[in-house]
Amino acid sequence: MASEGDRRASLEVDESRRSRILGALAGAEGRRGVAIALVSTLVFVVVVVVVVANSPGWPVVHEGFFSWNYFSSSFTEIARAFLLNCKIFLIAECLILPFALLIAVLRSLPGPVFFPLRALAIVYADFFRGVPTILVIYMLAFGVPGLQISGVPTSVVFWGIVSLVLIYSAYVSEVYRAGIESVHPSQEAAARSLGLTRWQTTRKVILPQAVRRVIPPLLNDFIGLQKDTALVGTVGALEAFNTSLTLSDSTFNFTYFLVATVLFVAITIPLARFTDWLVARDRRRRQAEGLHA
Amino acid sequence: MNTEAALQIEGLRKSFGTNLVLDGIDLTVGEHEVTCLIGASGSGKSTLLRCINLLEPVDAGRILVAGEEITRRGVDVNRIRRRIGIVFQAYNLFPHMNVLENVTLAPRLALNRGRREAEEQARVLLDRFGLSDKVEAYPDHLSGGQQQRVAIVRALAMQPQLMLLDEVTSALDPELVAEVLEVIRELAAGGMTMVIATHEMGFARDIATHVCFLDDGVILEQGPPEQMFGSPREPRTQQFLERIVNAHRL
Repeated sequence: MASEGDRRASLEVDESRRSRILGALAGAEGRRGVAIALVSTLVFVVVVVVVVANSPGWPVVHEGFFSWNYFSSSFTEIARAFLLNCKIFLIAECLILPFALLIAVLRSLPGPVFFPLRALAIVYADFFRGVPTILVIYMLAFGVPGLQISGVPTSVVFWGIVSLVLIYSAYVSEVYRAGIESVHPSQEAAARSLGLTRWQTTRKVILPQAVRRVIPPLLNDFIGLQKDTALVGTVGALEAFNTSLTLSDSTFNFTYFLVATVLFVAITIPLARFTDWLVARDRRRRQAEGLHA
Repeated sequence: MNTEAALQIEGLRKSFGTNLVLDGIDLTVGEHEVTCLIGASGSGKSTLLRCINLLEPVDAGRILVAGEEITRRGVDVNRIRRRIGIVFQAYNLFPHMNVLENVTLAPRLALNRGRREAEEQARVLLDRFGLSDKVEAYPDHLSGGQQQRVAIVRALAMQPQLMLLDEVTSALDPELVAEVLEVIRELAAGGMTMVIATHEMGFARDIATHVCFLDDGVILEQGPPEQMFGSPREPRTQQFLERIVNAHRL
């Protein structure tokens, strides 16, 4: 009978997952539900298309934003520029993950001795979560090269990446910290009771459990970071957004932005779906554990 | 006094905020002795064990393990804890590690054992306690009794000279209690010095060389099990034991 219960529970989980997209469609009424959803979607799309296509400004907007000619002729160039977005994203992410973890660990150090480090970590996280990303990028990318110190990089891409690392590390460190605090104190007690040092306990017992729990929210921040790479274009880096802007300056057509949008979405939507899948898997696993206990 | 006690506690006091939990505990445990701590929940049994393991700093008094004062200032707590094993009510296994990793973690990190040596030793212990087919299993997939036996093996892998057991069967389903008690009996038979906080009175009577009744942070009465369970002197002890016996009758 237990297996029957398990099966029903897992079915319910699957249903709740599906229901977020299609409404309560599972079960006996499933097929009828799908049919209703299809028809209502179709009606909705047709209404929107008819309204938009019959609006007085449509011919101009169609040419200005949805021109197939401009789209196909600029796609390769913008896609090439988009590689810079991906590069910025990847480099920044590789720096953010360890740096944010360091901040989070500093912040969870106990005792009065570590107060200065803890305070530093708190001030850092508060400050960089509070400042608009674009301001940090402007200050660093224009300000630091302006100092004209020899040996200090002047590349806007370099300072753009530094800015993103500073901002996102503040967010990601909070995510890590939530993970660290979610590990029950009895785990630390067990490890310390065996004679492990505080650092060994953190590294081998606390962090592995903490990081595993925060992977879905971390991926959420990845998505935000990928989008925010476009901000580095505002200080002159020739990435997808800035390239689209430059092209539109000479032709007064905005289809280039559609190209950039398509490229961003092609990366971020699969990432979002993957995150949702991980969250759902996590929940199913936890529910399965609950059934075992 | 030429033979030192395995564990000696003198005037131990501990409070959490304004809540006085241990109010002057004196206790001596000889080598190979099994001391059972009995008493109501909140009487201070768990806190006493956590103090002996230095998981809780003490406010006053001294604890000596084999003659060495472990409560003095500047003592290396990690070195002391390696000599004292503790097993908790809620097992506290590491959920992200399998059984073998749970057992070998501390010997490898704290005793600097090589992987192979630590694993060999762990397998011998797991085998001895009937867990050899669970070596690769994760804690989630073990029963409570199996988890608690793994937790005992994990503590034993450090080859402690003293074991502290904190109500290790209290979280278990009744049918799983026996297998854990069996393990503890075997340890006692092997001469392990132990301090056991327990609600299993029959077990305490069987296994203990010495029984202490804790009440409100003090050891109200102590003695050999025959005396403690047969003819307790203090009214509070009688009352407590009566209540336990009645609860079992239901």
